[in-house]
Amino acid sequence: MCKDCGCSITDHVHEHEDSHEHHKAHETLHHNPQLNDKKTIDVITKILDKNDQEAGHNRSHFNANGVLAINLMSSPGSGKTTLLEEMYDIADFKYGVIEGDLETSRDADRLKAKGIKAYQIQTGSACHLDAFMVHKGLHAMELDTIDVCFIENVGNLVCPASYDVGSHLNIVLVSIPEGEDKIAKYPVMFRQADLILFTKTDLLPHFVYDMKREKEEARKIKPNVDILEVNIKDTASIQKVADWIKFKMEMR
Amino acid sequence: MHEYSIVQALLEQCEDHVKDNNAQSVAKLVVKIGIMSGVEPHLLETAFNTFKEHTVCDGAEFIMNIQPLTILCNQCDTSTELKEIYYCCPHCQSLDVKVTDGEDMYLMQLELD
Repeated sequence: MCKDCGCSITDHVHEHEDSHEHHKAHETLHHNPQLNDKKTIDVITKILDKNDQEAGHNRSHFNANGVLAINLMSSPGSGKTTLLEEMYDIADFKYGVIEGDLETSRDADRLKAKGIKAYQIQTGSACHLDAFMVHKGLHAMELDTIDVCFIENVGNLVCPASYDVGSHLNIVLVSIPEGEDKIAKYPVMFRQADLILFTKTDLLPHFVYDMKREKEEARKIKPNVDILEVNIKDTASIQKVADWIKFKMEMR
Repeated sequence: MHEYSIVQALLEQCEDHVKDNNAQSVAKLVVKIGIMSGVEPHLLETAFNTFKEHTVCDGAEFIMNIQPLTILCNQCDTSTELKEIYYCCPHCQSLDVKVTDGEDMYLMQLELD
């Protein structure tokens, strides 16, 4: 390093302050990009920017076909597929389902057996659906034949919350046997919810579960969230879910 | 554990910026992680250090700024950094609040070589 001025050019001498040679060396240093110092740039972009753009693209597809897209999220086993099976005979709107699971096409097969249009995405090791995966499913779905497209996400209360998949609404299920405090423990997921469904409420007598407190917790995280209780053996409770969706369809 | 997918997106962004700026590599990157973004900072850092190898970020310094949840009250116009995840204005108890920060993940700054 040059002892006189601290620059990193070694092969120059300081005869006097603004020596021609030093000047020349500095010119080379500062104008040659190969030798240039570090360049700092301010970016300020969302890390999931590309996913969000694709999600917007998916939403445009749904909009163009007049289809309401609903992202269903919950832990594994809280009753997403069962709800979709049971609601099919009750709902007076037609729906299809884009299914996300790590492995197997069992959920899609269950739905198809009921006559529901379903497309299975196997995510492999991915713990969530992203907008790119849903885009593939979207093109496999005959959007002109349905009113609502459910995106049944991978059973997981963490990862799917970070990804916009292009849905208009998010429904998050939480079942009684999962136990209390799920809402407070997974706030990011419940923050995304437009509707929270407490499922398997017929099991309430067998569990210590303070429903009132759980609802209060939900509204601390999302003050305006809608909440319904569902018991698959009680058709009226499923009808309410269908009514909520129908209302949202009419409001678009 | 979706931190790997987040890192993939981040590395792609860095590659684009290196290309756009005719640079060689990334010396340092600064990210802002909202506490309600759904990402565990420790896991994100581990994932970044694992997957940066053989990319433009190999050897890059990774700076994470953790962003608290910040709301602006539409009623009393007070901005608050929330300590608890309770979307309510602590000054006037209104629930009519707008989230101004803390729910997203951003790439803020890059130092390029």
